[in-house]
Amino acid sequence: MAGFVLIVVAAFFVPGIILRTKSIASGRKGPGLFQPLKDIIVLLKKGSVFSTTTGLIFQIAPAVTLATIICAMLLLPFAEQKAMLPFEGDFVLFAYLLALGKFFTIIAALDTGSSFEGMGASREALFSMLVEPAFFILLATFAMFTGYTSFSVIFNQFFVTGNDYVMIYSIIGVYLFIQIAMVENSRIPVDDPKTHLELTMIHEVMILDYSGFDKALIHIGTYLKFALYGSLIYNLIVPAGWNIFLQAGLFFTVQAFFAIVIGLTESFRARNKMNKNPKFILTLSAIAWIAFTVILILTDKLA
Amino acid sequence: MLNSVLFLVILFLSLLVFFIPGKFKYHFTLALLACGVLLTSMWSVRMLAGTEQLIEIPLFVPTAGSAFILIIDRLAAFFIIVVNITVIVGFLYARGYLAPYMKSKNSLRFSIHYFSYLWLWLSMLMVVMMRDGLSFLIVWEIMALSSFFLVIFDAEERSILKTGISYLIQMHVGMLFILIAFLIVEKTTGRMSFDALGEYFSGHRNLPLFLLFFIGFAIKAGFIPLHTWLPEAHPAAPSHVSGVMSGVMIKMGIYGILRVLMAMQSDLLVTGIIILVVSLISGVMGVMMAIVQHDLKRLLAYHSIENIGIIGTGIGLGMIGLAQNNPALTLLGFAGGLLHVLNHSLFKSLLFFNAGSVYQATHTRNIEQLGGLMKRMPYTAILFLTGSLAICGLPPFNGFISEYLIYMGMFNSLSGATLYNSIIILGSIVGLSLIGGLAIFCFTKAFGIVFLGEPRSDKANHAEEVTRGMIIPQLLTVALILVIGLASPLIVKPVFDIVVKTFAINDPVLISGAFTANLSQISIMGGVFVLVLVTLLVYRKYHLRRRLVEKGPTWGCGYTAGTSRQQYTATSFAYNYNHIAKPVLQTTKEMDEIKEEEIFPRERSFISHSEDIFKKLLIDRPLDWFAGLLKRIAVMQTGQIQHYILYAFVFMLLVFLLSLLNII
Repeated sequence: MAGFVLIVVAAFFVPGIILRTKSIASGRKGPGLFQPLKDIIVLLKKGSVFSTTTGLIFQIAPAVTLATIICAMLLLPFAEQKAMLPFEGDFVLFAYLLALGKFFTIIAALDTGSSFEGMGASREALFSMLVEPAFFILLATFAMFTGYTSFSVIFNQFFVTGNDYVMIYSIIGVYLFIQIAMVENSRIPVDDPKTHLELTMIHEVMILDYSGFDKALIHIGTYLKFALYGSLIYNLIVPAGWNIFLQAGLFFTVQAFFAIVIGLTESFRARNKMNKNPKFILTLSAIAWIAFTVILILTDKLA
Repeated sequence: MLNSVLFLVILFLSLLVFFIPGKFKYHFTLALLACGVLLTSMWSVRMLAGTEQLIEIPLFVPTAGSAFILIIDRLAAFFIIVVNITVIVGFLYARGYLAPYMKSKNSLRFSIHYFSYLWLWLSMLMVVMMRDGLSFLIVWEIMALSSFFLVIFDAEERSILKTGISYLIQMHVGMLFILIAFLIVEKTTGRMSFDALGEYFSGHRNLPLFLLFFIGFAIKAGFIPLHTWLPEAHPAAPSHVSGVMSGVMIKMGIYGILRVLMAMQSDLLVTGIIILVVSLISGVMGVMMAIVQHDLKRLLAYHSIENIGIIGTGIGLGMIGLAQNNPALTLLGFAGGLLHVLNHSLFKSLLFFNAGSVYQATHTRNIEQLGGLMKRMPYTAILFLTGSLAICGLPPFNGFISEYLIYMGMFNSLSGATLYNSIIILGSIVGLSLIGGLAIFCFTKAFGIVFLGEPRSDKANHAEEVTRGMIIPQLLTVALILVIGLASPLIVKPVFDIVVKTFAINDPVLISGAFTANLSQISIMGGVFVLVLVTLLVYRKYHLRRRLVEKGPTWGCGYTAGTSRQQYTATSFAYNYNHIAKPVLQTTKEMDEIKEEEIFPRERSFISHSEDIFKKLLIDRPLDWFAGLLKRIAVMQTGQIQHYILYAFVFMLLVFLLSLLNII
């Protein structure tokens, strides 16, 4: 329960921190910390315009996507508390739930009949397909390392297995989760949410036709997803046994750190050329393979 | 006794189809089908719910050693249920689908069609119930023949007849392998039966015989590279037939493989790895080729190959579990595979039926000409969407449950695995996750291009929803999909039970069903998901009622004169992907470049085409080579009688010389 609430709370300020970091790094005064929240409130007050081409799918897709993200949040543990619905192999459900959300975002984009949105849909489908193996290899590495197959137990056992090399996985895991989060949330270097041309967008172009309430749902989903991945990263860094109040403090520190990393990356790095993206994403899988090989060596399977 | 009489009565009554007047033909067939489905389903329920080891139903004279005897064990009972569900739904759907053909085809054609349909169903039932080699081969042959007649229903089109014949030939190649395998068994044990396999395997190397059986059954199942009949035959057949063929008939190959595996005693590990590797290749290649298809039914046919790959992955893992005495892997692998057999039969038949509805409404299967059908055919669209979500393995639908079981088999055995095995298992995890991602890519394309956006042609624009008679039967399939997805322990428990008893797993923890606790959690999550979604949607409705809601055109980035032809097409959707997958798919483009001196470019066309590389290498190339050889030999066919006499003379001279030299 605590994990769920903390993710929601973190979602309030993570996108704001990213914005602040970017404006400070570029020397602008920039919007305030809670600008993203204010945006949502404005959107909720507004009416909606629906394209005549669109139908049922376009209307339900944002709600479906948000529902999948909320359900995925129920699978993450916090400190020594288990997740709300832990079971063996819950990370499979985690990945597939997020995929369900993607599915609906993609077909909603195709529902508009716009060629721009079709382009975004095609790109999103391709990139999220390519990132899937990296996530699964990483989780397989953890499953092999700890001998368990549930988020709750894996993270609980992560630091108590007595393995001196735990830092290696921690670092590789954190690195990969940050990169996967960038791909899944459509941020630089794969996608640039602030780009000014529809032709160069991926995620933003898919939601061009949304307005009002539905757009607010999409934004809420995006913010929650950031905090969701931040929480995954947190679980890899901080041992589950520590004092719970200390943990709560550390949780927000890690989330803030995650947001600052994203902000800095976006300030100092250009987006990849579109046709370089597959290579970039497949590299993540390759890094995950390396982590897996390392663990084979450490567990004396590979002499 | 009563059982066998009833079954025989159904067998013989099927002949009456030819004599019933045209008006009642359908009803008669349906009644017969329903009776048979009830009868055989009762047998399987009795088997699955009871404690009996076997149910034996002797046909004809019940003497000892009688060949025609139906034997039902748990595995057979499971397959009977799978067959019955899809066949009955398919036939109910067929009524509406066949209605437009009523005028163009005479009564005899329909008689043949119904008769073949009945016998396809009966032969599939008998395939899973016959243990004796000879009777098995007979019903296996009936299955091939009846499906052949079903495929060529529309034989006025020459291409369909050609496809049908090519299908028939490939089925017989498969049958040849099975026949040889049975003959080898008979030579050593004196019995030609599945029951004699155990005896053979205990005294001989297991792998060679398994490979013979595997090739034979894999042609039916459609494992790559033996799949070449599949993407041709499914589009050619009427949709209810493609649904049944893809949903259940190809599973007979899986059944055969399982039956052989049950008897195997050594070489288990290498067998498991062979199945696993072949399956992963089938899975990944199947979906990769599916993405570039433009023909909706062809796309679905390639997806059958993918799903056979997933089933095979489960079975292969189960075998590896057996080899290493890892009961958890055995249970989860086989159960995942078996459950996917059921799942695939549900969602694939559903998808084929709706592809048929689209074809009936628009008279085209070309995805590029469709679009916007969700507005015109809302029920069909929602049914197709359900099938798409299920086939992608997304929660809370049934495909997720079977894929989850297979994933769990892999993840659970990782920590205890040896180096060699961990690499194999990780490879399978990567394969399965890639299959999942590619399937999503493919079905967002298929659903999005066919049903969403604006219609891309007049055909799509004038489409109308199909009759209620075609929609309602499919609700049964949808209900089953949702039950398996949302209340999985209900279905998975019996499947676990089948695997535990069939493969003699004796781990008390697994038998007690400890694993189903995880499935209950998934069910709860499914419930939570539905609840959250409904809450959001209800609030959305309430929220929008108090806001200004307007209608307008799609945002065209400042351009206001867009037409439906400017939409993203299936080809453009797959363009990025095609770029990466080029080495595998060998997509070719035909277009002439615009030259520099062309100030006003003339009209030109663009054709892209992707070939099935396996078909090219395994069927087309050897056939071309053979045809070329025959052509060269045909030089001898001069048409002059003197030459032919000369040939005879040369032949006699040769025989004379050879015998003189004592060579022959």
